[in-house]
Amino acid sequence: MLLVVLEHDRGEMAEAAREALTFARPLAAALGVELHAALIGSSDSNLVAEAGRHGAETVHVVRHEILSEYGPEAVGSALAELIDEVDPTAVLACATDRGNETMAFAASCLDMPLVTNCVEVVPGDPWEITRMQWGGSLLEDVTLVSARPLLTCGLHVVASEPVGPVEAAVEEFQPDLDESLARSILRDRVVLTQGVTLPTAQVVCGGGRGVGSADGFAILDELAGELGGVVGCSRAVTNLGWRPHKDQVGQTGTRIAPEVYIASGISGAIQHWVGAMASQHILAINTDREANIVAKADWAVIADLHEVIPAITAEIRRRRRPRPPSPSPNRNQGA
Amino acid sequence: MKILVCIKRVPAPGARINVSPDGLAVDSTQLGFAISPHEECALEGAVQLVEQHGGEVTALTIGSGEAEEQLRYAASVGAHAGVLIPIDGSPWDPQRTAKVIIEAVRLLETEGGMFDLVMFGNESADSGGSQVGVRVAHALGRPVVNGIKGIDIGDQSVTLRREIDGGFEVYQLPQPAVIGVKEGLNLPRYPTMKGRLASKKIELRHLVLDAEPGGQALVKLHRPLEVASNTVILGESSESAVAVVDILEELGVL
Repeated sequence: MLLVVLEHDRGEMAEAAREALTFARPLAAALGVELHAALIGSSDSNLVAEAGRHGAETVHVVRHEILSEYGPEAVGSALAELIDEVDPTAVLACATDRGNETMAFAASCLDMPLVTNCVEVVPGDPWEITRMQWGGSLLEDVTLVSARPLLTCGLHVVASEPVGPVEAAVEEFQPDLDESLARSILRDRVVLTQGVTLPTAQVVCGGGRGVGSADGFAILDELAGELGGVVGCSRAVTNLGWRPHKDQVGQTGTRIAPEVYIASGISGAIQHWVGAMASQHILAINTDREANIVAKADWAVIADLHEVIPAITAEIRRRRRPRPPSPSPNRNQGA
Repeated sequence: MKILVCIKRVPAPGARINVSPDGLAVDSTQLGFAISPHEECALEGAVQLVEQHGGEVTALTIGSGEAEEQLRYAASVGAHAGVLIPIDGSPWDPQRTAKVIIEAVRLLETEGGMFDLVMFGNESADSGGSQVGVRVAHALGRPVVNGIKGIDIGDQSVTLRREIDGGFEVYQLPQPAVIGVKEGLNLPRYPTMKGRLASKKIELRHLVLDAEPGGQALVKLHRPLEVASNTVILGESSESAVAVVDILEELGVL
């Protein structure tokens, strides 16, 4: 079997888990094996059903009292034990913080290689894999020699796609975990933003050095507010202290995947581009027609963002304003 | 506190990365080099911790002799000691890298006592394997969390914050611990003139260590196919706002 590790939190399946299952389906077919999933720390039937809808034929539910919350050591050890138990041909997770961390821990427990951020995987002897370097701006072909390939697929390399209402079988597994692994279990969560956030927003209004100042972002905040989107920024902007680091789109920030990314005053240096390239559509606003982002955008406005952005906001508001009642023919009579 | 920070010399982020004709390495002739961004923040974090709590920061790197430049840079911004594990030729795979760092930590700790914290960047800017720190922690039997953007030192413990969508997670690890840091933990300082001068005099230690290669081997590097761009220029003034809003309407995001 090909085993996919499902990322989940508080009863919700991570989109990354659906991507991993989607990425795994053709690989399982190429290997001629069944697709199974590992649900570690939960037995939630909704999660099992969701895994089934995305192609998992069997879900291995892994329960232990210290697994009620996420912890890299506990989940990684549980995964390593499950791998020993069910003997998969290969194991795949999505290359998120949790995915890479858990797989790295399991790989270390098993003393096996782990190939992260894969974009293409061809089984064989050896396995031939293409993976991302530099956040995806460079690709690396590698060979993998391993009794049991352990892999993570790059985030947003595939878009998740269900296969239909497939009912997954459930198999339970109880790992024999050392209580001391509870030391790195997550203790608490702090919610700072409710609602739409950078990784999930359908519209991202990004600003770069061309915005000119921290205050200059007010017009982007306003436009994002009108569109129900959020503001992002380039690395230059966080290095200048104009926006908090959590707003950074890029290799060292967030990888966004909105319906539309409006990139204003951003040159589109490679480390920014790799964070934005999963956007469905890109609109660039820049005074420089030669900017990288203009070349890569679907649409561009070659003008000063300080004039264009407020004009877009005004146009949206104009269209939303209730139309004045059309003049009645009676009043026009005799005019 | 005694803190070890593991850093990597990489081409300075932002440049277009070209590949050498044989496809086996990055063409570095036109590139400047720097400490990989997440690791630069780990270094700054370590220096701030010893400024608050006392102690010593050691920077360690695996690389060619040129990586001494990054160890001296580390010293110029506050590291007290630098260790180079020299390699020739191709960069090492993650398993080999981890095994050598594990051995180096054991050796340095036998001589000078336990590191309270061993810090890594979440992943290197170039190869981005995202696993060396976790492997080192597991082998040393120490707790580890990656993706850290906040560190508070407590009595015998360390409280860590990891950013998630819309907020952050809190972890509390007993010391000694291993931490994978992400950019955003801090804004790293620039070296002062005094720091630069002092870093020139610091004696860098060379540790000659090696391990068997792991299962992942480089075949070649290549650039992704660039999608042909057919950018539609909507206009050159704020009057383009009408066309922009038409598109936003069409995309259904209004």
